[in-house]
This record gives sequence, C-alpha cells and structure tokens, in this order.
Amino acid sequence: MSAISLHKKIEENTGLLIFGILFVSAIGGLVQILPVLNQDSLKTATENTRVYSAVELTGRDIYIREGCSVCHTQQVRPLIAEVERYGPYSRAGEFVYDRPFLWGSKRTGPDLQRLGGKFSDDWHRIHLIDPRAVVTESIMPAYPWLARRDASQAGNITAKLRALQTLGHPYSEKDIAAAATQLEGLKEIDALIAYLQMLGTGLDEDISI
Amino acid sequence: MNEVMNNSYHDKVVIRLIQFSIIWALLAMTAGVYISAELIWPDMDFGQFWLSYGRLRPLHTNGIIFGFGVSALMATGFYSVQRTSHVPLFLPKLAWFCCYAWQLIVLLGGLSLLAGWTTSKEYAELEWPFDIAIAVTWVCFGVVFFGTIANRKIKPIYISNWFYGALIIVIAMLHIVNSLAIPVTFGKSYSIYAGAQDAVVQWWYGHNAVGFLLTGGFLGMMYYFLPKHSGRPIWSYRLSVVAFWTFTYSYIWAGPHHLHYSAVPDWVLSLAMVMSVILLAPSWATMINGVMTVSSASEKLKTDPALKFIVLSLAFYGLATFEGPMMSFPSVNVVSHFTDWTVGHVHSGALGWNAMITYGTFYFMVPRLVGTELYSVRLANIHFWMALAGTMLYIMSMWGAGVSQGLLWLSVDEIGELSFSFTDIMSSMTPYYGLRLMAGMIFLGGTALMAYNLYMTVLGKQAVTVQVPKVDPAFGVNS
Repeated sequence: MSAISLHKKIEENTGLLIFGILFVSAIGGLVQILPVLNQDSLKTATENTRVYSAVELTGRDIYIREGCSVCHTQQVRPLIAEVERYGPYSRAGEFVYDRPFLWGSKRTGPDLQRLGGKFSDDWHRIHLIDPRAVVTESIMPAYPWLARRDASQAGNITAKLRALQTLGHPYSEKDIAAAATQLEGLKEIDALIAYLQMLGTGLDEDISI
Repeated sequence: MNEVMNNSYHDKVVIRLIQFSIIWALLAMTAGVYISAELIWPDMDFGQFWLSYGRLRPLHTNGIIFGFGVSALMATGFYSVQRTSHVPLFLPKLAWFCCYAWQLIVLLGGLSLLAGWTTSKEYAELEWPFDIAIAVTWVCFGVVFFGTIANRKIKPIYISNWFYGALIIVIAMLHIVNSLAIPVTFGKSYSIYAGAQDAVVQWWYGHNAVGFLLTGGFLGMMYYFLPKHSGRPIWSYRLSVVAFWTFTYSYIWAGPHHLHYSAVPDWVLSLAMVMSVILLAPSWATMINGVMTVSSASEKLKTDPALKFIVLSLAFYGLATFEGPMMSFPSVNVVSHFTDWTVGHVHSGALGWNAMITYGTFYFMVPRLVGTELYSVRLANIHFWMALAGTMLYIMSMWGAGVSQGLLWLSVDEIGELSFSFTDIMSSMTPYYGLRLMAGMIFLGGTALMAYNLYMTVLGKQAVTVQVPKVDPAFGVNS
C-alpha cells in the first residue's frame, strides 16, 4: 500500500485519526521524559540536602502562594558570571525534596538559590515589609500582611507532612506529631524567613563553584 | 428520521463563546497592563494581597490562554467542524455544558489564583479541584467534536479538524500527566514529581501547551478561515498534511529547551534543541502554505480588515516560530534565558499570532452569525493598525530590555569581576517597561474598539439559522 493510499484511510476514519495523533505525539514523551523519570542520579540527594522542617515547609508554601517564583529564579547556571554573582551552580541532588520545583523562568529580581545566610533575619523582615527601606531602587512588592498573619493558619501542616511522607519524604511520626507546635507563636513572615535562610545550604561547604 | 429537525447548524453556542472570549480578553489584557505598570510603580498594589504582582501575573496568563484563547478555540472549532462535516453538532446540549462549565472554571479559577491557590507550575497554576474539572470538561469537548466528525456527511476529514483534534487529544494527555499530585487540602497539593524531574515534566507540558493549544489549535482556525474568507483553496493540501504530522511528532520533544544550563541531563537538552530546530520546517511550511493561499486574493486583502488580521497573524507566526528555535540554541539562550526577551517572544506569538488571528475570525464570523454587515469597517481598520503598532512596540521594547539584561548580567571585566550590580541592571529597565506599558495600552485599546464594534454589529439582531447544505455526491460518505 502506498503512503498516499494509507493516508487516505486515516483521513477518512475518525478512530484512526485519534489513534494516529495520540501515537505520534506520545513518542517524544516516551523516549525523552520516561528515562528522566527513571534516572536515579536525579532522585539522589546531595549529602547535606535534607527535608524541610515544618516551619521551612510552611515558609516555602507561602513563597509559592505569593508567587515569588514569578520574579525570582532558584537556579544558578554554570557560568562564570553567575557563580561569581550568586555562588556555586545548581545540582540536581539539591532539589529532590522540592515539590513542585521552583527554578522559575524569569529573573526580574535576583536569583535566590544561594540566598541562605547572606542577609540577617532582621534585614529580611524589613525587606519583606518594605523593600524600598533597604534597597532604594527595588521594584519588589511589599508584603505587610505576612507580619500580621499567624503561620499556624497558613495551611494544615500535619496533613502536609503526611502527604509528603506518602510521596517518600523521610518524615518520622515524631516529626509529624511535633509539627503543629513548632508553628505556634510564629507569624507567616518568620516561616518565610526560615525558608529563605536555608535556601541553597544543601551543598557541601567546601564546594565553591 | 431526524433529518427535518436536525438540518441546521448550532450556532448560538458559538455566539455565546465569542462573547465570553472577548470579555476574558478585555479582563486579562487589563490585568496584563496593570502588572506591567506595577513593574514601574511597585506600590500600585496598595498593600492589597490580591493586587500583588505574584498573584496577578498568573491571572493574566491563565485569563488569556484559558479564558480568551480556549473560548475562541471552542467557538471556532464548533463553527468549523459543523461546516466541514455538513452535519450539526453532536450532542448540542453537551456543547452548551462545555461552554458554561469552561467559563465557570475560568472565573472561579481566576479568583482562586487571587486567593493564593496555586501550584506555581506555569500555565498549570490552578489547583487540583480545577484540574479535575478541566479534565472532565475537556473530555466533553472531545466527545462533541469527534462525535460531530464521526457523524459527518463528507468523506475526508478536513485538515482544520486534525489540528483541533490534536489540540483536544494532546492537551488532555499533557494536562493529566503534569497535574498528577497528592491533595492536602482543597487549595493545596504536592506534585508527585520532585525537583529536576518535576522541571522536565512541567516544561514538557508548558512548551506543548504553547505548541498544541496556542499553535496547533490556532492553526486549525487558520486552515478553515483563511481559505474560506479569501475564497481560495489551500495552496497545497499535501503540504498541509505533511506539515501536520511533522508538527505533531516534533513539537513534543522541544520542551526541555526551557531548562538550558540547568541540572537536567545534557542529552535531554541537546535533543530538545535539535527537535526545536527541526520544528522550524513544519512551522514555516504552514506559514508559506497560508501566504500562498491568500496571494491570489490580494485585492480582497486591501479592503477587508478580517483578512488583513489573518494574513498579518501569519507573518507574526513566522517570526515567532523562527525566533523560538534560535532561542533554543545554548549560545543564544545563555543571553535570552530568564530575561524579558522571553516575555517579548511569548507576546510576539500571543499578540501577533493568537490574538490577531482570533480578531480576524471574529470579524469574519460575527456579522455572518447574525446575518448583517460589520457595524464599522473603519473602526476595524483602526483596530488593525493599533494591534500592529502595539505588538511591534511590545516586541521591540522587550528585545531591548532582554538583550541588555542578558549581556549585562554576563559581563565580567578582565580579571573576572562582575561589571554591574544586579540592582543597577534592574533599575535601568524602567524606560523599556514604560514603552511596554504603552504598547499594552494601545493593544488593549484596539481590543476594546473591536468589542464595541462587534457589540454594535449584533445589537438587536437574532442569530440566523443556517441550513446544512446538500452534500456534493463526489465527496459524500455514501458515494
């Protein structure tokens, strides 16, 4: 059967057309995506990478809620200027507990992957409530409500840890039981700062590139 | 048996979808203009969390893609599948369900984004309850669409229907795989993929949402409305067939080019780059096919605003599908990645291609659906020039911003020290952002003109009933 008469068949049959589209479009995913999902090196944590604490996880989810990843990347590229500006480039093993990944696609503000420890908690507090008080040219929005809202109200932390435990994150029953008390007395801003301060600390300390 | 009752096309649902599409276009573009102003005057959120940039930006993108774009695709899909099949819609009540269920998803989904319910995965921000609702509505859309094709009275399935078909099937596949997550509460879930793997799955989705929704779906629009409106058959039907299969096969590989220089394995990135370059062939084959189709109807092109919009959209389609593969080269991407260049690239597609071809088809369809002439051709011509000016100004301002960001970020002096601080580079963007704000306002103004023009066109008119024409026995199913 020539290609043209074969195609005439597909062209006149709804079922064949649906199957044809599904088959042809699935090949790419099967060959390219499936191996990535099975690649162990992408699932293996670097030595210092650990699961987020209850407070850090709450902070991370606030980061997601406020859309910080719309303007801030968390992905240092292996380029001289980037390593110089931000610190060691990103390794896959640092992200194994990131659901979802927060690499971002637009760098309106600076990259944040190596932010942890660069500024004091107090600096972050002022900067989040009134960015232009510390960086005059900043175009970051202010987040005054973070200082008013209780961290314990920002989602159900016990259910969150349970869900992540189901997905294979090594939380113990003790971690889960203690989670809610760890958030007591904290504001949302405290949780977010805890997250920002641990960003990028998953690499060995002697790695400088 | 039902011949007497069911011999006219269901066009009322088409009209309703067009109305919703225009409303979402106005709202989502207004959100776009607003956030572009926030980048110049950051206090424009007035301390209100729901006006904050990080929440409004996903509202803008989702409103455009799913409100404006998908409503327009459903409208044109329902309109053209009936006419190319010579049969009324299959299960018209289900088509109405799709119409309203989709609007409800866009409305409530938009509000949920303002409330901070988000997965943060681009163009898939809506949380799991919406993901389920989207999947159900999408399947219903597929049932109506493929059911109509299965009932057709014309033997071959016309090329536009293949593109709409690919839109429905591939988006369903991408949406379901990328949205898999463990729910925590009603507004929060955790992706079943983590880190680098999540990134690869997300950009497989993200890039192909652009591919099969914003490219494939709108190509379906082009393949029906361009020949119809110019009164010329497709220049080369065989080329359109070849381009369709190459497009469907190769697009799906290109996603990881969004992750150059990341922690994703190199072979994935190289493969994505190669396939992105190959993609240039079917993209330009389609563009050439469209331009050649209309080339013998150049007289009409001078006078008809609808046709002008469609032909101009092809030019921007060609531009964006050339720029895309170029940006997938690591040596170009190293400059363009993370900058406003990417934003400009997206808008040369979204404004120049998607919005303009939609405007062209709306100007074509709406007067016909109510059996009248367009209220004002003059206003439509003014809209055309505003749309062109707005798009050009947008693209050029973002090229300027993006190329300077990219080069200044990478700039180091002879001993390897950074030449510029991030803050200095960022604050030098204000003039470009100002131009972009103007560009957005011009484009939005044009869209508002169209809304007024089409409103006046349909004011006081009733939808006309279009009878299904007799089938030429040469093409009939039973011939």
